Amino acid sequence: MKTFAELNFPGRLIAVEGLDGSGKSTQIYLLKRWLEAEGIKVYFSEWNSSEIVKSATSKGKKRELLTPTTFSLIHATDFADRYERHLLPLLRAGYVVLCDRYVFTAFGRDVVRGCPPEWVRGIYSFAALPDITFFFKTDLDVSLNRILEGRPKLKFFEAGMDLRLSADPYESFRIFQGRILEQYVTMSGEFKFVVMDANQNVEKQQSIVRKLVSEKIDLKKFRRRSPLPLPPAFQPPEVKEHEEDLAAV
Amino acid sequence: MKLEDLAGKLIVVEGADGSGRSTQIARLVDWLETGGHPTVQVGLKRSTLVSKELEQAQKGNILSRTTLSLFYATDFADQLENIILPALKAGFIVLADRYIYTLMARDMVRGVDDAWLKNLYGISVVPDAVFYLSVQPQELVQRNLSKNATLDYWESGMDLGFSRDMFDSFVKYQTAMQGAFKKLQKIYGFTIIDGNRPVGSITKDLRKKIRLVLAEKGTID
Repeated sequence: MKTFAELNFPGRLIAVEGLDGSGKSTQIYLLKRWLEAEGIKVYFSEWNSSEIVKSATSKGKKRELLTPTTFSLIHATDFADRYERHLLPLLRAGYVVLCDRYVFTAFGRDVVRGCPPEWVRGIYSFAALPDITFFFKTDLDVSLNRILEGRPKLKFFEAGMDLRLSADPYESFRIFQGRILEQYVTMSGEFKFVVMDANQNVEKQQSIVRKLVSEKIDLKKFRRRSPLPLPPAFQPPEVKEHEEDLAAV
Repeated sequence: MKLEDLAGKLIVVEGADGSGRSTQIARLVDWLETGGHPTVQVGLKRSTLVSKELEQAQKGNILSRTTLSLFYATDFADQLENIILPALKAGFIVLADRYIYTLMARDMVRGVDDAWLKNLYGISVVPDAVFYLSVQPQELVQRNLSKNATLDYWESGMDLGFSRDMFDSFVKYQTAMQGAFKKLQKIYGFTIIDGNRPVGSITKDLRKKIRLVLAEKGTID
């Protein structure tokens, strides 16, 4: 697998990964705001957001129809749709594409659900690697607390209830997230994640993110073309009345 | 997945639209059930999970190659895990109106990587028998037109841009599909049935072959 830069794409892709509650979405949002302010051509894409596949995914989740295999395949379908219709054309057009979760989310989750790692990786092998992948690493307790503080109603698959880890959704969630964290840590070296200490405050992390992005990506190459010069202000043509009059004579 | 552990039988009938697939399956179900065998039928785009969405997406022709391929794989996996495997465990004869081979052939014709497909469909169970009803593309055109008076967009491979003329495109696409099936036949060793013959003699042929499959595991004497 190669990165988009290695494949000579004019664009660049930056991904963030991490557990729910690791603060990755906040960080990528702030990164997006900065890049936009800098006049960079930027596009943001979220996991699990393809319009066409969405209704099938939500039906499958609501009615608990999904097995590990179909869970994996339906997310791969969603990803492929976004990849082929949005990410690829934008990367060809020289955009900086920001992804909240990328293939590594599937590599982690699906494997925890029991899908063979080679099978999952094989399926996603059509996708190139990000040019930068930030892994927001928190202590398990920190991210669990952020999510569980308000005692939200955890959804069936979100809590990993399909794995029958525990009858208690909160306990199930803890075990499930713990296993995903292990997967992320294992992948860190292999995929050269930039490991971020996500226990630090938000501003500190963001300044590290911005610094690293500007070091690794020559941002001025990704600026929007400067706005076209305004057309000259409209001036009514001068009618040379006298000449016309003369001609008429 | 080890088929030996499963009490039932999986019998697959592959072939283009107009190859007589559905007719033959209906006849086989009749014959098997009359003979006292419980049967279950599966086919493409029949899953609870995604069949409706897949149908919609196909109508609009809005999905790219890999996406469509994975959507079909999801549809297949849903039926595999929720219908095919439980039925086989319960000792049913599962008749599949097309299986992974059609899905693979369609993708191969569209330039999808063979190794990628092999991995993707590594989840499937190996059928006890696969029959490919082979019919000349020229004959398929005639059958499709006499049935529907029109050719299907996808069965004509119009997305491939072989030709803007649908008749032309259909023949070229079906020829390419037969090539892909030949390639798959070499790997998976399924039985090619000459589908140009009358319905009755094809049925007779299929029954003879299925009887052997059933006898192998002592399902019938």
